[in-house]
Amino acid sequence: MNELWPWMLLAGLGAFHGLNPAMGWLFAVALGVHRQSSAAVVKAVPAIALGHAVSIALVAGAVVAVGLFVDQGAVRTATGAGLVAWALWHHFFGHRHRVRIGMRTGLAGLVLWSFLMATAHGAGLMLLPALMPLCLAGSPLHDIGGDTTAAITIAAVGVHTVAMLAVTSLIALAVYRWVGLEILRSAWINMDLVWTLVLLGTGTILLIV
Amino acid sequence: MVMLKPDPSFYPSPRMAMKAAPETLAYVAAFDPTRAVPDELAVVDVDPKSTTYGQIVTAVAMPNVGDELHHFGWNACSSCLCPNAPHPHAERRYLVVPGLKSSRIHIIDTKPDGRKPSIVKVIEPGEVAERAGYSRPHTIHCGPEGIYIAALGNAEGKGPGGVFLMDHQTFEVRGQWEMDRGPQQLSYDVWWHLGHDTLVTSEWGTPDTFENGLIPEVLLGSKYGHRLHFWDLHKRKHVQTIDLGEKYQLVFELRPAHNPTKAYGFVNCVLSLEDLSSSIWVWHRDGEKWAVTKVIDIPAEPADPELLPPMLKGFNAVPPFVTDIDLSMDDRFLYVSCWGTGDLQQYDVSDPFKPKLTGKVRIGGVVSRASHAGAKNGTLNGGPQMVEISRDGRRVYFTNSLYGAIDDQIYPDGVSGWMVKLDVRADGGIAFDEKFFVEWPKSHRPHQVRLQGGDCSSDSYCYP
Repeated sequence: MNELWPWMLLAGLGAFHGLNPAMGWLFAVALGVHRQSSAAVVKAVPAIALGHAVSIALVAGAVVAVGLFVDQGAVRTATGAGLVAWALWHHFFGHRHRVRIGMRTGLAGLVLWSFLMATAHGAGLMLLPALMPLCLAGSPLHDIGGDTTAAITIAAVGVHTVAMLAVTSLIALAVYRWVGLEILRSAWINMDLVWTLVLLGTGTILLIV
Repeated sequence: MVMLKPDPSFYPSPRMAMKAAPETLAYVAAFDPTRAVPDELAVVDVDPKSTTYGQIVTAVAMPNVGDELHHFGWNACSSCLCPNAPHPHAERRYLVVPGLKSSRIHIIDTKPDGRKPSIVKVIEPGEVAERAGYSRPHTIHCGPEGIYIAALGNAEGKGPGGVFLMDHQTFEVRGQWEMDRGPQQLSYDVWWHLGHDTLVTSEWGTPDTFENGLIPEVLLGSKYGHRLHFWDLHKRKHVQTIDLGEKYQLVFELRPAHNPTKAYGFVNCVLSLEDLSSSIWVWHRDGEKWAVTKVIDIPAEPADPELLPPMLKGFNAVPPFVTDIDLSMDDRFLYVSCWGTGDLQQYDVSDPFKPKLTGKVRIGGVVSRASHAGAKNGTLNGGPQMVEISRDGRRVYFTNSLYGAIDDQIYPDGVSGWMVKLDVRADGGIAFDEKFFVEWPKSHRPHQVRLQGGDCSSDSYCYP
């Protein structure tokens, strides 16, 4: 079970990211209603998941690569500090990001938009506590060698992205087909606040424990 | 203030916004033309069930004199729900109220009690000039990147005017919006098609050509604005200019279709130099470009020169002076203020290229001086000016002052302020609410009206 929980956490975080309207499903629904086409919804979701995956893969890859050479404790501290700093930045300035992608965008624009959103939200940073036991020094898997660490990182990004893709697709199609956009008024709880608290809490745990 | 759910006054689409509960308060910017006492933001009770219906219940005085409060807007609105730039837990709470003459911007909090708003921040003109390079802030719109403010002059009060951004939470001036201005120099209104990633601007003139009133030589020399500018909303780049023609002077209010999938909008031209008519134009897509088509011409009315102000005596006619227009939330009815003749017209624009006149009332007017059942003293001056429509389209409010210096050119006896309300029949047709006549205190003249919770000229939507 000890080996399983990081994977479940990665999948759970994927579902959490997918649930957030600001991370993509809402954009897919909007393109659907603008173009009056459920195909537009279906096409948009993989592009959004791809942009998200690229963003988290870059962060995860960088930290895991550093972790191969640097002491695990130092990586934990740096990651913890990074998460707390990101949470604060997100809270005070997260609403300010420059809008670069509009409603007329194609799929490439969606990939870029999703990449920028995930990066600005610190989505990759959020995965690090789950990745560390899998990839960093001290992990039983680590002794097997660098190639395997890379494979595990890719698998981790894959698990997270598949979970995100599944949740995003399900919600996008459900809202487009049956639920309708009225739901935004009642069910769009402040995910940014939850997100900030998750970043802050995880960062603090990494720093203290 | 942290919100757990989106502000209940935000709606994903204009269709949904039309179902909003009727407004109970209206906010009205009013200024003292003599610059002796501070301008005010008045709160007018528009709840028919209230004992103070049709009365000013509060007036918030500005901290200085001579601001000339003109147009204003909300810090946040329905565009916060847009999928590409979501910030839905902002709160529609603060009114951003600039002085067109002073360039000072007041932030007014409408909570906790909407009837008793209070000033919470004042941004001095130096900050606007230093951070954005602009002055004479005019139109305020909440949008994808914060608060967009069209300004009529640069920091020195000359051209070019343009648009700057302000943070919708901290109200910090964030800087000039344009990255590539192209040939645009004159500025007036700004709005957008969120579904088409397009921003539109219109033109008046530089501050030196309007602050002391319209200058006949500038007007007759076709030097006031007559062009529309189209921009890439996200690249902040000028993409196209459309010139209505030199004879069309003062191209003012931009009213894009509320449905974000529709790529058309209406703009009014105040005056044709050829025959003193006013006109309404539709901008629309023509292949890959934008184009404009004139769809309404409102002619000047013959008039006894004895009854005309000095500026118009030689023309023997009163121009309609269409100074404002507004489009209902369902994009069906366009309201047109004829500030010169005193008409407020309603057109069915279901087919934007073939408007049909469906209603008309007359009040004030240079010659007609038409009265209102609620007015005590017979004749009224000024005419229909800034017009605002309730979200459900059933009520229309308007005031009678245009701009201090110009009021006195066209109405030399001075404009005595009033605000009235129309009731709208579902399939067209308008009539005065005889119980609603706000006679403004003599110290001030009322200009723009904003409705609590949003209205038809301050919200924009990302979903059809």
